[in-house]
Amino acid sequence: MEAKEGLPTVSLDKVKHIILILSGKGGVGKSSVTTQTALTLFSMGYKVGVLDIDLTGPSLPRMFGLEKESILQSARGWVPVAMKSPEDTNISGSLSVISLGFLLDNRGNSVVWRGPKKAAMIKQFISDVCWGELDYLLIDTPPGTSDEHISIAEQLKWANPDGAIIVTTPQSVATADVKKEINFCKKVELNILGIIENMSGFVCPHCSECTNIFSSGGGEKLAAEFSVPYLGNIPIDPKFVELIENQHSYETSLTDLYKESALFEVFKPIITKVLNEKIQSRA
Amino acid sequence: MSSAEVIPNFNSGSEQLKGDLKHPEPEHCPGPESENAGKGDACSGCANQEICESLPKGPDPDIPKIVENLANIKHKILVLSGKGGVGKSTFSTMLSWALSADENLQVGAMDLDICGPSLPHMLGCLREVIHESNSGWTPVYVADNLATMSIQFMLPDDDSAIIWRGSKKDQLIKRFLKDVDWDYLDYLIIDTPPGTSDEHISVNKYMKESGIDGALVITTPQEVALLDVRKEIDFCRKAGIKILGLVENMSGFVCPGCKGQSEIFKPTTGGGKALSEELGIKFFGSVPLDPRIGKSCDNGNSFLDDYPDSPASIAILDVVESLRDAVGDV
Repeated sequence: MEAKEGLPTVSLDKVKHIILILSGKGGVGKSSVTTQTALTLFSMGYKVGVLDIDLTGPSLPRMFGLEKESILQSARGWVPVAMKSPEDTNISGSLSVISLGFLLDNRGNSVVWRGPKKAAMIKQFISDVCWGELDYLLIDTPPGTSDEHISIAEQLKWANPDGAIIVTTPQSVATADVKKEINFCKKVELNILGIIENMSGFVCPHCSECTNIFSSGGGEKLAAEFSVPYLGNIPIDPKFVELIENQHSYETSLTDLYKESALFEVFKPIITKVLNEKIQSRA
Repeated sequence: MSSAEVIPNFNSGSEQLKGDLKHPEPEHCPGPESENAGKGDACSGCANQEICESLPKGPDPDIPKIVENLANIKHKILVLSGKGGVGKSTFSTMLSWALSADENLQVGAMDLDICGPSLPHMLGCLREVIHESNSGWTPVYVADNLATMSIQFMLPDDDSAIIWRGSKKDQLIKRFLKDVDWDYLDYLIIDTPPGTSDEHISVNKYMKESGIDGALVITTPQEVALLDVRKEIDFCRKAGIKILGLVENMSGFVCPGCKGQSEIFKPTTGGGKALSEELGIKFFGSVPLDPRIGKSCDNGNSFLDDYPDSPASIAILDVVESLRDAVGDV
């Protein structure tokens, strides 16, 4: 069942919004931002799907604490791995993830693939997953402007995605790479929802003084330079890593933990800004 | 149904990975490098058939040229990490500065990160251009004994995006290895992008004959980073690249205000040290976070010269020493 070139695939029919998380630079927190966006949207009661197209370095299974899970096949396609939703029936949201990480037998295995193979995998991820009904599909990407990015842009060309959230860190070495990514978005005509500055400042737990480890203000300057919305900055908070790493040692689920943490309060206004752009539903 | 069954064309050219699969599909892929690429029975219906078929067969005539071009380089060191933003470029820069501080050493730094080149920025030579002559591309000289090469020097505009698929990157990497006139070098430091894909396969393929001394693997302490670094180490083992050692970057932060120490990227699973013990590779040490490193890199200055007393400088110089030991220098 080959999807016709140039037509959005059936698998995305019931997906209302598609958001990509991009950055030219590696390690700026694309996966962290994706995770936090997903958790925040979930906490607001939305149905969220997360697609990880970082094929050689998938981080999302670890982020969501789903490392031992695997993708199952059904008559309608691949079934994404769902976060166990709490017993509370008042929750209307859902959260499910697709990543190449689920398809590896050993977590240390490397995926040594050249471009054409990566392109084929991404095509399958777009056309063969049965997401079902979703409010938001978040797509986490690897750094750069290469095969994965060209492929996903091609696959989504007619799928009318909402646009991209660009993640950067404040230092100019990082924003230099991110500028390239913004130019990429312009070239493939992908709307930019806004820029998030991650790792902006670290508050010393001993004396509460804020140090700008990777300087600060780079994201805002970048947004002004390219006249795109600035969504806000996220300080470095070791609590996020702790939350992710220790999620299995708590009684409550990651989604509940996140909702109660201070991280949610920082992230909510950022997401609200994106939601306020009121991009029309595509479904 | 088992999860492995849904992977199409899962064939990384490595026996180990194949062994992990329950079904080694598409069963008899001859491999894109083989004589029968695109012509085997398994190839009919494979999405890559056309690509494989059109690939030139037999040994690459450019490899002897690469060997010749790199013949006067004593030590070739790859700086690798599966993860992005852990400090590969920063470390490549530091290494270049540190080695070239010795006037008797000729050092070259090559930037293979095609989509996100950072070395020119960090070495403070962003505005330079490459000259082409009969002997090839002349690299940019940052100091008398420190040369560098990056795609950044060839861009019409600082911010130009390089939207290239792998095969095009492969071609450029080949030209970087074949046509850059390094002359004589004691050290060639090769900075790489994150991941285990085209750039990594290409550089290994093209340099295998001329010999790579080994790889310096960089990580940060948290498990999410170590996870990707594990993959890179697995790649090195499959590709036959020797791992010289592992460096943990951004480990610990000393507040400039109160001198209190905190762990920003918590080593919940023991960090780089535990990983190197687990995998039996040398641990070269930990480099603490220092906000001034980022500043120096942004301005293109040598952090080691700017702040020789910083604990980070001392740690970096230790790593450089261990590295020189590992390649049998000094």
